[in-house]
Order: sequence, then C-alpha cells, then structure tokens
Amino acid sequence: MKIVVDYDKCTSNAVCMGIAPEVFEVRDDNFLYVLQEEPPEALRPKMEEAVRMCPTQAISIEG
Amino acid sequence: MKSIVVVGASLAGLRAVETIRREGFEGRLTLVGAEPHLPYDRPPLSKELLAGDWEHDQVVLRKVPYEDLDLELRLGVGATALDLAEHRVTLATGTTLAFDGLVIATGSTPRVLPGQPDLDGVFTLRTIDDCHAIRERLDAGAKVCVIGAGFVGAEVAATCRRRGLDVTVLEALPQPMVRGLGMELGAVLARLHRDHGVDLRCGITLESIEGDGAVEHVRLGDGERIDCDVLLVAVGVHPETRWLEGSGLVLDDGVVCDETLLAAPGVVAAGDVARWPNPAFDGEVMRVEHWTNAAEQGVYVGQRLLHDDATPPAPFAPVPFVWSDQYDVKIQVAGRFAGQDRMEVVHGSLEDARFVAIFERGGRISGVLGFSEPRRVMQYRRMIAERATFDTALEFAAAAAG
Repeated sequence: MKIVVDYDKCTSNAVCMGIAPEVFEVRDDNFLYVLQEEPPEALRPKMEEAVRMCPTQAISIEG
Repeated sequence: MKSIVVVGASLAGLRAVETIRREGFEGRLTLVGAEPHLPYDRPPLSKELLAGDWEHDQVVLRKVPYEDLDLELRLGVGATALDLAEHRVTLATGTTLAFDGLVIATGSTPRVLPGQPDLDGVFTLRTIDDCHAIRERLDAGAKVCVIGAGFVGAEVAATCRRRGLDVTVLEALPQPMVRGLGMELGAVLARLHRDHGVDLRCGITLESIEGDGAVEHVRLGDGERIDCDVLLVAVGVHPETRWLEGSGLVLDDGVVCDETLLAAPGVVAAGDVARWPNPAFDGEVMRVEHWTNAAEQGVYVGQRLLHDDATPPAPFAPVPFVWSDQYDVKIQVAGRFAGQDRMEVVHGSLEDARFVAIFERGGRISGVLGFSEPRRVMQYRRMIAERATFDTALEFAAAAAG
C-alpha cells in the first residue's frame, strides 16, 4: 500500500493528521508531510478513512 | 434487509452507499438525487469553480467507477413523499420505491429574502448549475453585490476580488458572523475583507431590490443605492424536509434523530438534514451544515442501518469541524462555541494573519478557531474530543509557545 498526496489539491486542513498522526503530519510551515509513504497493512482502515475524510480529496491509496 | 433507498445524491448520500456496499450488503441499493449530476463536491462552488480555475470534472466526488457499487441511480428526480407505515418513497415522477432501509440525505436549500423579487441577475448559490450561471456573469465583468457575510457570502466576495471584480457585501448584523464568532473575531474577518478591497457594510437594513426585468440596484434603509448586475442572496439555508411533512417523522428544523442518527425503525438521516443529540457535548441537540459532518454521518448511517437494532452501535459523537479559504487565509473552526463564550487567543494575536483562539464552556475547552494554523487547530480538536479542561488547554498552549 502506497500513500499518494496530490499537492495541487492539498490545502493542509490537517484532517488526515487528526485521523492518523503516525502517517500524516502538518508542520508549522503549513505543509503536509507523509511520514510513512508505505504504511503497514494494519493501518489500511485508517488510511481509507483519511482518503474519505480529506476535504479536498487529495489523498489516494495505490495497491 | 433486502433493499435500501438513499434519498440525496451528494456527499452524505454517496458516502452512505459506499459504506453500505463496503459492509457487505448485497441487496438492492437505490440512490435518488434531485439534481441531474452524479455526486459532486460543493465547497469549490464558491471558490475554485467560481473563480474559473477548475471545471466540473475536478469536483466529481467519486473517482472510481460507479459500477463497483451496483447502484440503481435515479438522478434528476427528487423524492416528494415518504410513507413510513408502508416503507415507500414516492418520486416526483410518481414512481414509488419500496424499502427495508432508508437513508435521508436531502441536504439543504438556500433561504431567500421575504418578498424577494424575481429579477434576472438575482442568485442563490447551492448547486453546480447555480455556480456556472453566476460564473458566466463574472466572466462578463459583473458588478457584484452579496447579501450576507457568512461562509458562502465571504468566499464569493473573496473570489470576486481575486478576479478583480468590484464587490459589495451587505450584512444586517454589526460584524460578519457575529453570532457564531463574537464581535472581536467578527471584526478580524471584516478587516480581512476590507484589506482586500471588499466594500463591506455591516449593520445595514435592506429596503428593496430594484430593477426592470434584471436587477439594477439595491436600496438600503438610509436611502443609499448600491448598483449591481449580480445580486447573490447568501442568507443561510434550511434543511430540505418538505417532502417528509406528514410522514410521521418528527421534524424540527431538520429530521429529529436519536444519538445513533435513527429517525424511525429502519430510517436514518445524515448531513444537513439530521438533528441529533451529540454525546461529545453533553447531549446538546445539534444540526451541522458542514462538509466533514456530511461525510462522517454518511459513513456512520451506512453502518447503523445494517446494525441489529437490539445492539445499537456507539453513538455518533464527533467534534464538528469546518474550514473556509478566503484570500490566503485558511479559517478553521472545530467544536461548539458562540459569540458570548469566554475566548482566549493562545497563539499569535488577532492583529496577525495567523492565530489560534480557544473557547470555554463549563470549565472545558469547547471550541477552537484558527487562522492558517491547521496543525494547532487539529491538536485542540483532539483535546475537545477528549473533553479536556480549559486549564489543560491553556497549559498545553503555554508549553507549545515555549
């Protein structure tokens, strides 16, 4: 599973960080950093929730 | 349960059908939508789409094929009645749909002004068709007047300024969003818009909207005339429950639900229409008109409907969240607060483009508002969910500020 962020769409609402801070981090520079681009399979439900809840539909999962 | 009908084909309805299939439901699943379009995203209608930066295909909500959902799609036809006893929905075409489970996700409809004249150039903004009609006028260089300085009015004003168009915003209250934010934060919003060239008039009374066939100007209570060729009425929405009148469901500014969003046996509601007691705020009965709420409730009701009534799921207990992008500022609000609640600015100051304010109710942190501070807002949103005391939040703020 690979996490892909469309940075043209991401506006750093940080909703994903609220769901999975171990994978998504919005820092003080207001940019989103993906901490684990290939998170373990156990995190899939959380990753799917982050995809569904992203206000700008900027996140997708490959694989 | 053999058949489920979802009425409302926007964010909440889409998330509901996706969840229902993901949970393994193999019966008949029907999605009914009053608009002719497949579900699309509404926030860009006052921003990127209105600005002309995006087109329709960029606001489509579901990027993967609909075939995967095995839906019976009924688009371009609204529901007109619900027969609760017979478990049947009637559509505008006269067709009836029988159901074992029903999701009500009909959203909301813009309010209009009392006695609002039917003139060309007078708009409300809710649908993508509304957006395209207004955008066409903006393309032609319209002079715009907006009535109401709420989220929609403010975002449209910001978009107009970005397009270099003159825009006047008329607000009856003494500051923008004063009921929700209070005078101090309302003044911050007012300054943001005036700094970007919006002619913002607060505390006005509207005397009349005038024109011969098409709108030409509005007249204020003090006699002043404001010329415009687009007049956007952005004075809020009402939940779309007209089709449910007389159905036996309890309606009170929305569909009244229990804490699991159940409105009647086999009937759930999600999104702008749902009113429910939120356990995260001591059972405060609320109705939330924002994107995240529609998405979360859509998912929740999909699961709720397939749940055995004897063992209901955990109540729906979120910390509501909304964002608004205006100029280069990201405004984010989480939790519950009103203008009269105690407020402390904990990061930055109200003079800055970046700050965070938190709000207190009953000794707890109940809400947070940030200007371009998404990381902080999410940290405080978490504290609200954990029912942290206000003092704990203040200590966190002091430590974070170093």
